[in-house]
Amino acid sequence: MTVPVLSVRSLQVEFVTRRGALRAIDDVSFDIAKGEVLGVVGESGAGKSVTGLAAIGLIDPPGRIAGGEILLSGSRIDNLPPEEMRRIRGKRIGMIFQDPLTSLNPLYRVGEQIIETIRTHLNLSEQAARKRAIDLLAEVGIPAPEKRIDAYPHEFSGGMRQRVVIALAICAEPELIIADEPTTALDVSVQAQIISLIKRLGRDHGTAVMLVTHDMGVIAETSDRVAVMYSGRIAEIGPVQDVVRNPLHPYAKGLMGAIPTLAGEDKRLVQIPGSMPRLSAIPPGCSFNPRCGLAFDRCRVERPEPIRHGSQSVACHLFDASTRDSAA
Amino acid sequence: MTDAAVPRPTEAAAPRKAQGIGWFHRALDSDIFYSFRRSRMTMVAAVITLLFFLLAIFASVLAVQNPFDPAQLQLMNSRISPLWTADGQSPFLLGTDEQGRDVLSAILYGLRISLTVGVLGMLLAATLGITLGLIAGYVGGAVDSVIMRIADVQLTFPAILIALMVNGIAKSMFGNRLDAMSMLAVLVLAIGLSFWVQYARTVRGSVMVEKGKDYVAAAQLIGLPAPAIMLRHVLPNAMGPVLVIATINLALAILTEATLSFLGAGMPETMPSLGTLIRIGNNYLFAGEWWIVAFPGIALAGLILSINLLGDWLRDALNPKLR
Amino acid sequence: MLAFTLRRALQAIGVMLAVGVIAFSMFRFAGDPVNQMVSLDTPAAEREQVRKSLGLDDPVMVQFARYFANAAQFKFGISYQFRQPVSTLLMERMPATLELATCATIFAMVFGILMGVYTALRRDTWLAKVFQAVSLIGISLPTFLIGILLIYLFAVTLGWLPSFGRGEVVKFGWWSTGLLTVSGLKAIIMPSITLGLFQMTLIMRLVRAEMLEVLRTDYIRFARARGLTTRAIHFGHALKNTLVPVITVVGLQFGSVIAFAIITETVFQWPGMGLMFVQAVQNVDIPIMAAYLLMVSLIFVTINLVVDILYTVVDPRLRSTVGRAH
Repeated sequence: MTVPVLSVRSLQVEFVTRRGALRAIDDVSFDIAKGEVLGVVGESGAGKSVTGLAAIGLIDPPGRIAGGEILLSGSRIDNLPPEEMRRIRGKRIGMIFQDPLTSLNPLYRVGEQIIETIRTHLNLSEQAARKRAIDLLAEVGIPAPEKRIDAYPHEFSGGMRQRVVIALAICAEPELIIADEPTTALDVSVQAQIISLIKRLGRDHGTAVMLVTHDMGVIAETSDRVAVMYSGRIAEIGPVQDVVRNPLHPYAKGLMGAIPTLAGEDKRLVQIPGSMPRLSAIPPGCSFNPRCGLAFDRCRVERPEPIRHGSQSVACHLFDASTRDSAA
Repeated sequence: MTDAAVPRPTEAAAPRKAQGIGWFHRALDSDIFYSFRRSRMTMVAAVITLLFFLLAIFASVLAVQNPFDPAQLQLMNSRISPLWTADGQSPFLLGTDEQGRDVLSAILYGLRISLTVGVLGMLLAATLGITLGLIAGYVGGAVDSVIMRIADVQLTFPAILIALMVNGIAKSMFGNRLDAMSMLAVLVLAIGLSFWVQYARTVRGSVMVEKGKDYVAAAQLIGLPAPAIMLRHVLPNAMGPVLVIATINLALAILTEATLSFLGAGMPETMPSLGTLIRIGNNYLFAGEWWIVAFPGIALAGLILSINLLGDWLRDALNPKLR
Repeated sequence: MLAFTLRRALQAIGVMLAVGVIAFSMFRFAGDPVNQMVSLDTPAAEREQVRKSLGLDDPVMVQFARYFANAAQFKFGISYQFRQPVSTLLMERMPATLELATCATIFAMVFGILMGVYTALRRDTWLAKVFQAVSLIGISLPTFLIGILLIYLFAVTLGWLPSFGRGEVVKFGWWSTGLLTVSGLKAIIMPSITLGLFQMTLIMRLVRAEMLEVLRTDYIRFARARGLTTRAIHFGHALKNTLVPVITVVGLQFGSVIAFAIITETVFQWPGMGLMFVQAVQNVDIPIMAAYLLMVSLIFVTINLVVDILYTVVDPRLRSTVGRAH
């Protein structure tokens, strides 16, 4: 078995407040293999973005990684000194943020920003870096790149700006791209283009992609595997077709029920009652139990650990052989 | 290993602790803590400001002499250093100046002048600004444009320049040798004309907002005259921001009066304000007679700083949109 | 861009006209100019003669037009105190004021930006707290007290720096500079600090606030995600974006610096326009007051215009929107 590009082991992220530490990520583990797209889905506040930021080492105080390990191609990166982590960012891990309108510095030409990034990480001359920047812009689908390279960000449309952001993320051939809601701020018509661009780039370069989104439709279209997050934990993880077709965790079931499909027009969209608990008020046991129609006594006292079930892994007591009978 | 090095409190630990210790701990723990520390400084500022006003009001009781009365000054008492120095003489706690004037008495009486000019100037600016702001906002149209254009142009110039101009023009119109009381009136006028703009802009803004509301339309419908509507209904809505401006304006008015007097365009030496005292004292600095300038300086700086702190606190407390 | 510039230029001319009306009114109506020019025992006939020669019998509009035409050629009449043309007096004193204002602004910018950046990036260090305290004092202490304090410390007590005047000056045509002699340089230190301190605290607070604001933006987060060095992020990206509003404020404040030089020049007996203006106010020398008002307004208006145009040059977003909007 080859070493995964990104391997997250029992990650814990805390935010220290005056009232004590709030745990935003609690015991999260997953791998992403070379060329694989892992979709991370969940409601806002479930810890998707924080997981992405932890992987690239951008958790700012008062947040901190409180436990676990993050490995990039087999070597630990979560405990690197800031300067070494800085060298990894942009070179071995590229990141794409949600809003392309604000991701670029308005006072610099896009070319200046790309060349600056290339020359930070690769030992290239100004001319060589500029040539590479033009190639990159062409690769992400910007027309007339040799002209547009000298334009300012505000001269691009939202979709085109996100392409520039993607060019910036891949400019040093990273092993891993973390895309945090890359399409949320874009028009629907542009979303599909950006998604297929990210997918194509991942395939062409063999890059692993961690795609964070709350949009199950995007995940179903793009990802190889999907991780469903709920209040700082992974509720279920597995191959995308299995999780979409046969979700195991009650929360994942609810989430899949909330996707409109063309085939099932007669079915009503399912709504999950209630809302996700705040970090300061996570209930004991399974954090989903107050909203779960299938919850039983054990769910209110004991936190479920991930259990393998076929190709999927699910954190739910319903799938623990020893309790299933007693619940039934 | 990271996870071994970092303590891992359980989620339940923090709330349980707070409950156990009770409301006192919760109160200390709350977000008020910062504002409490701040308001403690504000309370000190408030006490000092109040003290300055009381000193000014009871100056004639507290002072050992009336520094404005030449008959009470004796040249043999001139340039005595403060009481705690080797050459100090009772009853001159803070020493005396060239004319044998007790520095402390001069400060108390000067404080009275400074505060009088400051308060009256601030009131004039407020009255002028509020009236023009109400008219501009309520009447609108050409009247509004004219008033606000004047405000815009005036805002480009520092108030001290405008005050100096008003001062100079007044002098040329009423003759160069104004008596002290007329000078005081001129200073009030200069300050009033220099600082009305901010009031006018704020009040106009509130009027524009309130004008569209139903209760104003209702008041118009039952035939209330426009001035009554503005004063009774629209103005109270603008009072919060106006109060903040007035407080900061008071500090600025006192500072402007002091600056004008320091520049020799303010209160004469026969009836000195704090600024005049500093101007007089400045001449004796080279002779080493530092107390003549130092104590009025400290009084002025303390007064302005305390009022400014009060204004800052008021601005945060009322939190109007004043940046 | 051109339309924008033209419109701003027209506004500037409007302001100058308004100030011109005020200056003229001061000159004409604040006291009788004739009384200022003749002695008390001058016979009425002679007064009439002077009145005629000054053109004070002409219609007001004619007088205003004449005053304005003269002012446009920098002819502001004769000073009552000095019996010399006001323009000559102003020209003599302008270099001193401009040098002082420039040095004060440079001092304020250099230290304001340095301290602002430092307090933003190293928020919790003791030095940052000292800077914050200094800024509170700088904003609360009256300028003339700061000047007096500096004189007492460095001139009276330590004897390092001169307490008044400009020191030795070197002449270049009508311009005289004190920046080329040792005594001139020594003389300008304290006045510059006194005049610049308020601006410095203003710039420091502004830079700090803007820098903290900019450091929270998405493009800074993205710059970090791109692995740029901290130095490149702080000084390449954050500082450049911070400096746009700072340039505007510094520019707009330059006029105020010149006006506030009135106080500093009085404290240090600095032979500039401000000191002359204060003496004019004390002695009711209306021609000088009116001329000073016009000069300072001209400087103000010009600076506002230049800053507006400069702003569009620095910020590419404005450049194109302004171009598009017109």
